[in-house]
Amino acid sequence: MAIEVRIPTIMRNLTDGAKAVEGKGGTLDELFSDLDDRHPGLRERLVDDKGLRRFVNVYLNDEDVRFLGGLDTQVSDGDTVTVLPAVAGG
Amino acid sequence: MRFDSLLDSLGGTPLVGLPKLSPAPDVRLWAKLEDRNPTGSVKDRPAWWMIQRAEKDGLLKPGATILEPTSGNTGISLAMAATLRGYRLVCVMPENTSIERRQLLEMWGAKIIFSPAAGGSNEAVRRAKALAGEHPDWVLLYQYGNEANSLAHYETTGPEIFADLPTITHFVAGLGTTGTLMGVGRYLREQVPQVQIVAAEPRYGELVYGLRNIDEGFVPELYDESVLTTRFSVPSRDALRRTRELLEQEGIFAGISTGGVLHAALGVAAKAVKAGRRADIAFIVADGGWKYLSTGAYGGTLDEAERRLEGQLWA
Repeated sequence: MAIEVRIPTIMRNLTDGAKAVEGKGGTLDELFSDLDDRHPGLRERLVDDKGLRRFVNVYLNDEDVRFLGGLDTQVSDGDTVTVLPAVAGG
Repeated sequence: MRFDSLLDSLGGTPLVGLPKLSPAPDVRLWAKLEDRNPTGSVKDRPAWWMIQRAEKDGLLKPGATILEPTSGNTGISLAMAATLRGYRLVCVMPENTSIERRQLLEMWGAKIIFSPAAGGSNEAVRRAKALAGEHPDWVLLYQYGNEANSLAHYETTGPEIFADLPTITHFVAGLGTTGTLMGVGRYLREQVPQVQIVAAEPRYGELVYGLRNIDEGFVPELYDESVLTTRFSVPSRDALRRTRELLEQEGIFAGISTGGVLHAALGVAAKAVKAGRRADIAFIVADGGWKYLSTGAYGGTLDEAERRLEGQLWA
């Protein structure tokens, strides 16, 4: 088993069009680095030197990782990570 | 109860218990029925507060034109209040919203300018800002950055909930402009420092996230992450399922976003049961289901309903 990462349409140019990719790691940070080995450039689209990019939302099993531990959030096999751009409601 | 006018009757909505959906005698769910407002949604509160503020600030004079980007409810609330106060309203609304929202806006005399479906409300915001530049005499109230939006909830929704439920442990609401969560959240935390403030954000179909690049993303100016305890992204299927449960088990006919909020509230409730802690969880029923009947959310199988909702802005 691995961790499933769902990729939004605007980043699928980096995953050969795949809606979801698989990766491994003990933290979100490690997971993103692992993904970047196979999908170069993906990490840079998600993270800058201050952490998660402002207009990127990342959810671990539907919970916003900014409230779990940010890039240090623990992840494990069987988890689902969803990446989405920030959009307005109202 | 007697009021001088429709606007004076705003707020004071019931908080009702959910005896069947509450998981334990000491872990209880409470629904704040915001559909009992003048135009049938929680947005009557921020809309009226924003108009009053703009009047006090001298921005709105008789005959003025109000401009607002909205996926529906705020526009409907503004349209009603604008009619009563003698203003014109121009709404910028994404084209992938339910037909009922258009009908209601037009009924109250608003002019609608449609923005493209791809990009959802982000596009409506962008279009409205451009229009404000072209029409300097129009008044952009701008619910995403207008402090009067969250202030309405700080001054009314929050105190109402606390008065009815002083033992509150959790507050759950939908995240759109973030006004409800910011206003109610700040008020409740002053009263009950340990209270948990939980956001339920709708997760739409892919079309809505069809931005051209990530820099077109949008975070409302009102949003202050420190007010929230946590935030969930609720897929449309879960929102639909819970909307139906609320109807079938408790008799409450709510809009689809309320299903998303209930989903998060039930998750919080299950955690409290597991941890052996008591909980009084209040959540917002933002509107009734009337405006969503045409989406087919309430009939047929869940699969069918989910397919019909794909690409629609349901919150």
